[in-house]
Amino acid sequence: MATETRPREHAHPGPLKYVVIAIILAAITAVEVWAVYQTPLRDVLLPTLFVLSATKFALVAMFFMHLRFDHRLFTVFFVGGLVLAIGVLFALAVLFKAFT
Amino acid sequence: MHAVANPEHDATTLGLDHRKLLMWTFLGSECLFFGSLITTYLVYKGRSLVGPYPADVFDIPYTSVSAFVLLMSSLTMVLALAAIQRGNQRGMRVWLLATALLGAIFLGGQMYEFTVFVGEGVTLQHNLFGTTFFTLTGFHGAHVTVGVFMLLTLVGASFAGKLKPEQSLNVELVGLYWHFVDVVWIVIFTVVYLVEAPNIIG
Repeated sequence: MATETRPREHAHPGPLKYVVIAIILAAITAVEVWAVYQTPLRDVLLPTLFVLSATKFALVAMFFMHLRFDHRLFTVFFVGGLVLAIGVLFALAVLFKAFT
Repeated sequence: MHAVANPEHDATTLGLDHRKLLMWTFLGSECLFFGSLITTYLVYKGRSLVGPYPADVFDIPYTSVSAFVLLMSSLTMVLALAAIQRGNQRGMRVWLLATALLGAIFLGGQMYEFTVFVGEGVTLQHNLFGTTFFTLTGFHGAHVTVGVFMLLTLVGASFAGKLKPEQSLNVELVGLYWHFVDVVWIVIFTVVYLVEAPNIIG
């Protein structure tokens, strides 16, 4: 039975909401590109870009990939891999003295 | 409610579809794959002994358009899924073809970029920048290529009458892969291209 194969899932958004999310994503991309050309923002450019990029990543994962609406186990599997990847990044950065 | 019937697959002990769980497990492992490639690019950044360096060849406006194209392909992909879940086969085909077209445009842009870079002297063997850059973006491009083939396979299956609304999970699984390819580019666009922009602009 259909509802038994997808427990604890919620209704996915409609096309209009997808379009709104896409507009937000496009706007964030435009802000990112605008920001790199602003000399006064140089001191805060890196954190700004990382926050904007993480926001885009989260919006796609939550709404387009439906992690916000699907079973939590899918999030655990994906975010688990993501956390391990970030751990690898910091471990290698330290090993290769990338921070110095 | 999106609880789509999937008569081909019984509920597991978790109550989840095996294939969807497998796809998410695969995507989790892909995070590690691309995480390692991105990390390798970053730890070797600025360690090339000879040029050309990233600031010599990167074209931020050009890459921004490519990033926008791939970002919008995620919208067309999710609209294809929404269409099939509503039983709209024609809508699904149109959006799947639009997604494949946007993916092909992105790939064409990447091929042009690679050609320009090679013309400037950046090759896989020339310096650390070339090695790490082409390995990272090349593997991403290979993933996009696989994604385009999967999209076209879905369109073909639909025309052959082998993709019915109750089999929308097939579209959802390809969609998950496609969105993942998109989020990887979101990261690459920032940490490889945009971070380098101040060195280009001066």
